[in-house]
Amino acid sequence: MNSIVVKNLTKKFGDFTAVNNISFEVKKGEVFGFLGANGAGKTTAMKILCGLLKPTFGEAYIAGYNAFTEGKKIRENIGYMSQRFSLYEDMKVWENIELFGTIYKVKKSILKERIKRVIQRLNMQSYADELVGSLPLGQKQKLAFATALIHEPKIVFLDEPTSGVDPIVRREFWELIYETAAKDVTVFTTTHYMDEAEYCNRICIMAEGSVQLIGNPEELKRRMRVNNMDELFCKFVKR
Amino acid sequence: MLKIARISKSFKKVEALKDVTFEVENGEIFGVVGPDGAGKTTLFNILVTLINPDKGSASINGFNIDKDYKKIREVIGYLPGQFSLYPDLSCYENLDFFATLYGNSIEENYELIQPIWSQLEPFKDRRAGRLSGGMKQKLALCCALVHRPQVLFLDEPTTGVDPVSRREFWSILKEIKKEGITVLVSTPYMDEATLCDRVGLMQNGELLKIGSPENIVAEFSGLLFALRASEMYPLLEKFKNLSGNIHYYPFGQQLHIAVSHEADVGLLYDFVKEIGYGLLDLQQITPSIEDCFIQLMAY
Repeated sequence: MNSIVVKNLTKKFGDFTAVNNISFEVKKGEVFGFLGANGAGKTTAMKILCGLLKPTFGEAYIAGYNAFTEGKKIRENIGYMSQRFSLYEDMKVWENIELFGTIYKVKKSILKERIKRVIQRLNMQSYADELVGSLPLGQKQKLAFATALIHEPKIVFLDEPTSGVDPIVRREFWELIYETAAKDVTVFTTTHYMDEAEYCNRICIMAEGSVQLIGNPEELKRRMRVNNMDELFCKFVKR
Repeated sequence: MLKIARISKSFKKVEALKDVTFEVENGEIFGVVGPDGAGKTTLFNILVTLINPDKGSASINGFNIDKDYKKIREVIGYLPGQFSLYPDLSCYENLDFFATLYGNSIEENYELIQPIWSQLEPFKDRRAGRLSGGMKQKLALCCALVHRPQVLFLDEPTTGVDPVSRREFWSILKEIKKEGITVLVSTPYMDEATLCDRVGLMQNGELLKIGSPENIVAEFSGLLFALRASEMYPLLEKFKNLSGNIHYYPFGQQLHIAVSHEADVGLLYDFVKEIGYGLLDLQQITPSIEDCFIQLMAY
């Protein structure tokens, strides 16, 4: 079953075509990596998929909802973690989780249990009463991820979630991603780390608004006769 | 030459730098490699004389950062992590402004910036604030170079930049080095360490290690193996049952396994067989800088 279906999707801003006729599908429970150079149209495409931006034409269904007409429904059914701002720095750890849970209308009795579970899973018991601003970056990012999942969405979108994070926490973060996908939640992520691209079930490389390549990282490397992801990426994102 | 001796700096309760000591030779590319929060920007801000350390001292080509800060500002170029040019001035006006500020003209050192400036020239009348991210950065680099500094400081020039543009930026740095300019560059990307002559690996305000990338790799303690994983998550779950002094973590499509004592290698081979892998799936490999960083951080 597909969580995301995109067909001939195009977005224009005036004369400029930011997303040019892209098509792909993402299966339920899949970890899907969305790669491309800066300015390739990734952010625009992601905004459409999150129900924040109306496409110009084409088709896009996210968790079964139409990106043209059901933006609100899409937003209710997905989680989103942005690159930088995703938590309130001057609120406590548990307050942040509670706030997002409340925004997403999680029932009070259920929410209390979930907050406890999240804090336990992240080993943040001793931080629960601390302000988020005082946490190390890696902890913040893990917390932001867990918070994006607090309403148990079917799909979670991550925009460069590990940018600048240390190599150990980066790996702990990916363990959280695997755990999430194993529960049949679809994970759609962007990254500039090529080793992380290899952790995805499938990747999509974008350049100049179009899809250049899509598939399983290992298969793509073999098919394109390159040794690593870096080479693969550079081959398709020439300047 | 840069001499940094026992520098410490705190911001309220946070110790941003703890007793940092290292030297940078003339004409080398020295990389300060570490994640966000390691103290890279604080270190750079001290060396470019924007803030004072709490303890310790540093000198750049014989000038002391405390007493001779005005001299230092004349001989260095600085590309901050945040875009810091005048957004309302055109590209050309920004460049002209920085040249004049240092008592130079654009023409004097034109040769040095020409390869980078030539890419910007078609947009020279455009306001700097309206350039694309990559172009902004190239303009900022021109402005930091226009007075031909002896030492160039680049604070995370490639953060958030895609791999293709990162490659391009590093080839520009190699050209700058050829001009005899000493380059100090910070980055959170471990793979960029190999592009430096020497690096300092930084974490939580401390220098974990200093040396050439080759030396750092050579000093990796123990043996490193790679196991190819068709599916990483189930493999990780299985490895949780492995005993002995063995560390493992995903690395691209492989699981890296570090064995501290040679005596444990047999244990690892037995375990790998037990979970249904062939012995050929497990291969000893040369560590990368990232493997070394993980070792220094965690075990």
